[in-house]
Parts: sequence; C-alpha cells; structure tokens
Amino acid sequence: MDGEELTEQETALYDRQIRVWGADAQRRLSKAHILVSGLKGTVAEFCKNVVLAGVGSLTLIDDRPVTEEALSANFLIAPDENNLSGKSIAELCCDSLKDFNPMVRVSVEKGDLSSFGGDFYDKFDVVVVSCCSQTAKKKRDETIECQLQYTSFEEAIAVPWKSLPRRMSKLYYAMRVIERFEEAEGRNPGQTSIEDLPKVLKLRKEVCEAHSLNESSIPDLLLERLVTGTREFPPVCAIVGGILGQEVIKAISGKGDPVKNFFFFDAMEGKGTIEDISEPNNGS
Amino acid sequence: MASEQQLTAIKGAKVLMVGAGGIGCELLKTLALSGFQDIHIIDMDTIEVSNLNRQFLFRKSHVGQSKAKVARDAVLRFRPHISITPYHANVKDPDFKVDFYKQFNVVLNGLDNLDARRHVNRLCLAADVPLIESGTTGFLGQVTVHIKGKTECYECHPKPAPKTYPFIHCIVWAKDLLFAKLFGDKNQDNDLNVRSSDATSSSEHAEDVFERKKGEGIELYGRRIYDHVFGYNIEVALSNEETWKNRNRPRPIYSRDVLPFEQIQQNGNVDKNLVADDPSSVSAMASLGLKSPQDIWSLKDNSRIFFESLKLFLVKREKEIGNLTFDKDDQLAVEFVTAAANIRASSFGIPLHSLFEAKGIAGNIVHAVATTNAIIAGLIVIEAIKVLQNDANSYRMTYCLEHPSKKMLLMPVDPFEPNKSCYVCSETPLLLEVNTHCSKLRDVVEKIVKAKLGMSCPLVMHGSALLYEVGDDLDEDMVANYAANLDKVLSGLPSPITGGTILTVEDLHQELLCNINIKHREEFDEEKEPDGMVLSGWTQSPVKEKDDNASINNGASASHAPSQAVSLEGKEDSEIEIVPVGTGSVLPGKKRKLLDISEDTVPYLSSITDETSSKNKLEEIDDDDDGDDVVMLDDGCSDGIKKKRLR
Repeated sequence: MDGEELTEQETALYDRQIRVWGADAQRRLSKAHILVSGLKGTVAEFCKNVVLAGVGSLTLIDDRPVTEEALSANFLIAPDENNLSGKSIAELCCDSLKDFNPMVRVSVEKGDLSSFGGDFYDKFDVVVVSCCSQTAKKKRDETIECQLQYTSFEEAIAVPWKSLPRRMSKLYYAMRVIERFEEAEGRNPGQTSIEDLPKVLKLRKEVCEAHSLNESSIPDLLLERLVTGTREFPPVCAIVGGILGQEVIKAISGKGDPVKNFFFFDAMEGKGTIEDISEPNNGS
Repeated sequence: MASEQQLTAIKGAKVLMVGAGGIGCELLKTLALSGFQDIHIIDMDTIEVSNLNRQFLFRKSHVGQSKAKVARDAVLRFRPHISITPYHANVKDPDFKVDFYKQFNVVLNGLDNLDARRHVNRLCLAADVPLIESGTTGFLGQVTVHIKGKTECYECHPKPAPKTYPFIHCIVWAKDLLFAKLFGDKNQDNDLNVRSSDATSSSEHAEDVFERKKGEGIELYGRRIYDHVFGYNIEVALSNEETWKNRNRPRPIYSRDVLPFEQIQQNGNVDKNLVADDPSSVSAMASLGLKSPQDIWSLKDNSRIFFESLKLFLVKREKEIGNLTFDKDDQLAVEFVTAAANIRASSFGIPLHSLFEAKGIAGNIVHAVATTNAIIAGLIVIEAIKVLQNDANSYRMTYCLEHPSKKMLLMPVDPFEPNKSCYVCSETPLLLEVNTHCSKLRDVVEKIVKAKLGMSCPLVMHGSALLYEVGDDLDEDMVANYAANLDKVLSGLPSPITGGTILTVEDLHQELLCNINIKHREEFDEEKEPDGMVLSGWTQSPVKEKDDNASINNGASASHAPSQAVSLEGKEDSEIEIVPVGTGSVLPGKKRKLLDISEDTVPYLSSITDETSSKNKLEEIDDDDDGDDVVMLDDGCSDGIKKKRLR
C-alpha cells in the first residue's frame, strides 16, 4: 500500500484496533476527511468514535447556540462552560473532541449545509447529516454512508413501496410518514407532540393508499412513539452512533463492506436490522 | 425518550459497575446521560497508552492513574450533580462481600477475564442481585441478563476450552520454557531438556548446557544454545519413532546451516544501542536495522534476531538475568521470543509470524475498538432499565454481529432458564473420580477446587472434619495441620476419603458451597486425563487440538496457555465456534441449541492475518485490558452464523 508507515506513536496508540483491522486500514483512516452537520446525541457519539479511530480530520457544522435540549444526550458539552461562553454547539464539541485524540484535526465550519457548493463537499470522503429536513438531505444527495456505488439517499427513498421487500422494517415506512408530516407543517425534525397524532394518522392513510400499502404496516403505536418520543434516549444514541461509526470506518478503511444501506434499531424489541433499499433493477 | 416510569426507576437506582475499561468507560458515560444518579465503580487497573484508542474518558496525562477514579472525574465534568463512587481495587478483594453487593439494585459487568466474571456471578447469586454480563472482541459483542432463579447464571454451562493452533505452542515454548530458562529464575521447574549428548551417557550430575562456561564468548555460547534447542533436542525427539507415526517429522536446525559463524560475530551493530543508556530501550531490531514489526522475517533474520537479542541481554541487561519474567512491553524480550518461536516453527513446518502478531499471542493482547464497546454499553443500559422495572418478559440476551444474520446486526434472543444441575446456582453435587490411594489432598485442592471450581479461599470438609482451609486468622497449629494434610493421600487423611465419601468444599468469601461425591478409580489415561482425576456434573470441554500439536512440546508437557486464555479461530472455520452443548441436562422446552462461544473465546477477526498467515489463528484475550472480550451465541440464529465466514 502506498503512503508512509505508521509512526511509532500511532502504532502504540492504535495497537488494539490495528489488531482488528490491520495497519493498511489504519493508514487509510488517517487520510480520511469527514464532515458532520447537526451535533445531537447520536452524532456526538459518532464523532467520538471516528476521532478515537484516528481519522485524518473531522469538520463540524452546527451554528446553534447551546440549549438544554442540546445538552441532554451530548457528553461533549459540559453544562457550566455553555453558560459562560457565547460559543455555538459545534465550537464547544470541537474543544472536547480535540482532546480525545491530538492526532486528529478537528475544526468548525460556520454556515448552513445549503450554503456550501460542490467544491466544498469534494474535500470530504464522508458526509454525515443529522437534524435536518428531508429536502436538505436530498439536496446533498448523500446517503449517510456516502458510498458512491450505493444508491443515493434520494433514489432510495423514491423507491416505490410496493417494490420493497415484503418484510421491510416498519420503522422505514413510519419515518417517511413523519418526515412528510414535518415537511407539510413546516416543522423541524422532532418538533412533534401527541396532539399531532390525528393528523399523522390521516397522512398515513393517504400515503399508504398512494403506495398501495396496507395501513397495518405502519402501526398506530409506532407512530405514537415517534411523535411523542422526540427526546433522544442516550443508550440508543450510543448504539446508532456506534453502528454509524463502525460502518463509516469500514467504508473508508476498506476493511469490510459497510451495511447496505439502512440500519434500524428499536429499543423496545432490541433488534438492529439492515434493509437494502434500492431500485430492484439497478442492481448496484 | 425514557418514559416517566423508566425515569423514576433510573433515578431511584443504585448500580454497581465492575470494570472501568473499554466497556466501562462507555457504560459510565451512557448511564450518566441516561439519568442514573448513584453509580459505584470498581477497577484495579491503571491507565496505559494502549487504552487510549477507545477508553475515551482517559488522556495521555492520566497514564499510570486509577481507571475508576479518572473515569469518575471525567464523567462528573458533563454531569456534575450525580454521585459516582470509585474503588481502585480488585473485585476479588474480601472487602467486597455479599453485604456490599446487597446495597445495589443491579450489577453491570464490563470485565476482561473468566475468573473475575465467575466471582461476581457467585456474589450476585449469594446477594440475590441481578447481574448484567457483557463482553466484546473486535466487532463482536454480547450482553446477557442473569437473575437468580429466573434465568441461567453465568456458570450454568461450562465455557468451551480455548482452541489452539500450532504456532501458539511455539510461542508458549519460547516464552515459558526457553526464555524462562535463559533469563528467569533458575530454581523454577522447567521441562526443557538441558542435557547434551556427552552428558547423558556419562553421569547423573551432568552439566546444564544453559550454563555459560567460564571464559566462553557470547557468540559461542549463543551458538551452543541454538544448536542444542533447535538441533539436538529435535534429534532426541525424533529418535522416538512412536511419536512420529502419524505426524509430520520436524527438521533439526543448526546455526551453521542458517548463519555461518563469521556472520554471527558481525551480526548486530551494538553501537547503535550504545546511545541508549536506558536498558529498557535496547532493541535487536534496531541493531540489525529491521524496521517494521508487521514484517515476517526469514529464518535467517529470525536467527540473527535470536543471536542479537541474546547478546543484548547478556551485555546490556546482565543485572536482570535470573529475575526476568516475560513482559509484552519489554521490546527485547518480545524480539527474543518472536525469533525463537519462529525458528521452532520452521523446524515443524508451521507458518512464521510477524513480531506484531507474536507479541499479541505472547502477551494475550485483546482486539478492541471503541464502536463495539459503545454499542454494547448502550445495550447494557437498555437491559438494566428493564431489570429495574422488573419487566422480566422483555429481558433479552443480545449479540452484536460483524455481518448481518437474518438481516440483523444486533440480534436479541430470549434468555435461557437456569440449568437445574448447575453446581453454582443449584445445589447439585458433583462427582469426582480419583485414585484415593495415590492422589493427595493438594492435587484435589489445586487441580479441582481452585482450577476447575474457581474458588480462591477454599475450605474442604469431610462431614464435620475440617481437612483444609485458608485464612489470615488461623493459629499456627492449624496451619501446620493443614499443610500436613495437603501432602497426604486422600485415603490416608485423618478422616479418610474413599469411594462413596461426600466431600464438602466451600468458599466463604463467594458464599458458594458444593458437595462432591467421591468415586475411587485405579487407572487414568495419562494423555487424556492428565490431572489423574475426572470431575463431572460440570466439566470443562476438552481442549481442541490438532493431532500434531502434542509433539511440539518435545514430549515435555509444556505449560499450556492459562485456562482463561482464549482461543483464536480459524479462518477456514466458521466465524463463530460452534460447540454443541450437552442438552441432556437442559430443560426440554428450552433447549440450548446452538453454539457457545466461550466468553473468552472469540474468533480472531483481524485482517492483519489476511496476507500473512494461512491458518488457524488463535488468540488469548484477556489480561491487560478490560471489558473487551466475548462470548457466546445461542439459539435460533445458528444457521446464519454457521454460514458466515471470515473474509
């Protein structure tokens, strides 16, 4: 493999993981550049994981000021420091992350995802977006794992439901309904409550009819949990952030194939499932 | 997302975490974020550089400090108002008694070794406190829930013995025999053949070839050792034709065929090491200009490293000779052991390994990444919340897989019921077959009570007669009495043990008591039953070895890897070792179908071996890092898993 040998310092620090994925994979990791937008609990977990793994650089976007909600599942921000400073979430997280691994360059980019052009995105090997609307996700046309040979996120969610595998995770359908609702009402992701349930159930009916899907594929209880349970649950952040970190590491290190292409986890049943959602005929 | 009831349960809970390592750091963070207010944490370890790639609560400046204490301080920075009580102590310390455990609502294990896991399991059973057990290795992990009387305990089923593969034997030989003989305590027992050909014929007090003769040059001495262990001793072994009937015969290797004497003399450039005043930084690789620990050296290079590292020990670290024990962080020791193991491997036609790999095997080094530990910690907290709410129907054992099986990466499985014949959580007696006229009480205490039953402070009784106990407060007479008993054969004890006797053994500290029915038996098969006794009712699965392995030990029974060592798995084998578990003793309704990966046994997933080694890899996991080993897979998922292969 091209590229320099790992330094003695790197070999000592990364010894236990080099035993898992090998020195070549470690070298590739150290050359990867990652962009993340939206630093809530799951993404904070993800950032910790890739910084510890020793990626080349990590760039953070999140201009929001710190609120109590932002603190609830984010261990990167100490409650006292936010009172004092006028710093953004990204800036505060950046300070903590640098500390985790001095060999990784962690920096902050100000602005909104939509304000950057293609040149900007070209600098990165992986882009992870969170807490943004479906429109913004489409705009970036990145799946969360950003694998070129994989179906893009936009293509994936455009796949007609009736051509999806029959035992598709119910969460997939439910989340599309919630997204549609938030979009129609002009809400931010997660800005829902129990009062919204009747409207959401009505929307489910419309969507299911359009896709010729039986409404029972999206149980009431599941939608109710999704509209009410909007606060992050830290164990789930750790699990989803862990899977996301692991798959991104696989993608950039070349050690194993990342999952294709959606991961769902439901803490009630404890199952973590993979679904391949792509056009059946483009067979990538 | 936690409901009101969940939050109430979380806020009122007092939890004990055992282990502040790989899983522990993640777990403490996730517990704190989830709202837990009263957390106690035990860990005896201090922080090392190799922890920092995943134990994210620690920094380089913390190296050498207590893990439990530093972890507490780090978490209080983002959750200042909760209570975290650290203990920088061994969980087996007698201070942590049953009463200590009783104050907790649930115990969460993030441990790295079988011994401590068994200990905590017993105390949780005695205190009737739920235990959540976990382990990870590489991308694999598992979480299990153990509730007295409801689900199986951690010891309901024996853990399969570590699997082993030929190169391991070369490492064990190089480390425990050759290294120990040359640089360790001279008074230690050592099975290495030290007699040379002229000596065997002559007298009883023949000299030890490992003694350096007066005025003997270092190069000559090195060559003599080399030729003896890799040449002569192999010839001796070959002379026993019986041994080699069904095995590949090894090839004796002499230094003259690999490296002419002149080259040995010019071997290293010791000057390069002269600059290094610190004996701990002396390196044969540095003297010889070999750079990458990932490279596999030729037989010739291994021989050069052998001579050079021997020379450096004699020249630079003379004072330590006689007191050295192998340490994975001692560069020169790792170099010597790698070279010696590889030369021996050449002799037996076994693939050679890089220093990096050899170090991993010799030092029982774990394979560990942050992500798996984070996922497992999240799963532990989810189970802990169910346990606190007493929601028994939703308890799950969960496996974290490397490749999806039935579309699942995280696979929940219903817990098993307790094994009714488990000697730990039920009161079923064990059966010991032993020759009561030959075996001494010491053999039973060491090989059975301590090694198999895992008791650390045992007491042995026959009826009301106390035969043996340990403790600080015994008076001298008793100590002398017990010492005398240890050296008596069973039938010759003051209260004789014979066929039909029921022996009671107890560990007061673990509050575990069990009865052993004694059955007298005259003969034991030396090879298959090396202990000279057989324990049943609960037994360790036999070690799986390739046939040719035994011979590698030169006929001598080299000490094998420690019992909690872990096995490495073959690339050609399925990813997860499938060991049929005797179902006879298990409830018919809930059979333990599948597989059992021992908790310390995990497949060797590393890609490092892709290019380099061909065959079965084995690894011993445990020891220096915590919270990083695995596990077992059970239940209906076997098919999917069986098919999975290492890539």
